[in-house]
Amino acid sequence: MNRKVIIIGSGPAGLTAALYTARANLNPLVFEGNQPGGQLTITTDVENYPGFPEGIMGPELMEQFRTQASRFGAECHFKHVTKVDFNTHPFKVWVADEIFTADSIIIATGASAKMLGLESEKELMGYGVSACATCDGFFYKDKKVIVVGGGDSAMEEASYLTKFASEVKIVHRREEFRASKIMVERVMKDEKISVIWNSSIKEILGSKDKGVHGVILEDVQNKNTKEEKCDGVFMAIGHKPNTDLFGDILNSDAAGYLITKEGNTATNIEGVFACGDVQDHVYRQAVTAAGSGCMSAIDAERYLETLKIN
Amino acid sequence: MSENVKEFTSANFNTEVLESETPVLVDFWAEWCGPCRVIAPVVDEIATEYSQKVKVGKLNVDNENQIASQFGVRSIPALLIFKNGTVANQIVGAVPKNKITEILDSVI
Repeated sequence: MNRKVIIIGSGPAGLTAALYTARANLNPLVFEGNQPGGQLTITTDVENYPGFPEGIMGPELMEQFRTQASRFGAECHFKHVTKVDFNTHPFKVWVADEIFTADSIIIATGASAKMLGLESEKELMGYGVSACATCDGFFYKDKKVIVVGGGDSAMEEASYLTKFASEVKIVHRREEFRASKIMVERVMKDEKISVIWNSSIKEILGSKDKGVHGVILEDVQNKNTKEEKCDGVFMAIGHKPNTDLFGDILNSDAAGYLITKEGNTATNIEGVFACGDVQDHVYRQAVTAAGSGCMSAIDAERYLETLKIN
Repeated sequence: MSENVKEFTSANFNTEVLESETPVLVDFWAEWCGPCRVIAPVVDEIATEYSQKVKVGKLNVDNENQIASQFGVRSIPALLIFKNGTVANQIVGAVPKNKITEILDSVI
């Protein structure tokens, strides 16, 4: 069955687009992807989403988003889109061998944690390498961990990990943090946290069976290397937009974020819209993602109206 | 939770999992883990569909930290597939159902 709209992604942007298109009787089909609910599902307290004065847990907030969209008929599937074809209309979307078609597409695939790009890091992901302290911190009770990065998320991860770990070391490439002052102060005051400046990780040591037992650090100035023992490595070096699916079909900027037209959410392909973090490297907030999801829904609705006339 | 999904604890882990005649899929999870909640209904479905071939159960890592660390679980959700008392394969993180059944089919 050809759909009016398929939404790829299920964070605040995707589910808000689902809510609005469902209420417009467009019967949206949502492919939730590998991380249903998006990045908020790997956080704890969300204190800056308006309407929740006491804060709300990220996963719970996203469950409410989904429930609200479903109430108006959005169909949410825990499936990961593997291929798209936007060159012909209706647009095609594949989930493994299954094929779906739609007159319009809303892309809300979000962003995910950047990795260093080491083989050992890929191999040991989930076995001592993590990109989510709130998910995996629990497993590092009384252990030594390293956090890589220098921004707010690195500071947050480091602070959070002190609840469990006996020792937290932040490895940072530069000689100062770019994180906000309040976060840096919190970290520098913490007795469990120390900082290794001007260093990067060359290699992560360990195996799937035994986990991580250390890293090889390189001093970025004199290129000297040394081994540092640790039981876990947490990556907090920023985010990258999830655009692998689209290759070169959609225009993107130098950092890979999808480019949308000024003042709306249209991409370079008519009928394909993008919202949320996949097209926003500036604000990257749940509430701005939700806002742009709403814009995409309205843009898609208007586009579908023009199809009817022609 | 489907009746086909068992609850594993340190009290029954040896008999139910390690000494099981049939392969066992163990879902390591915790209350505070969002992605675990995402995968729970999928595990339920698999338990029903594979009820003749595979034993499926959940293990709460908050209560059974010892077992989690014994099998090197450092990230959840983690689905460990046990066959003849050893880990035959494992899946870390919430992944779609077809990915899980694919790995499960290759092991059993």
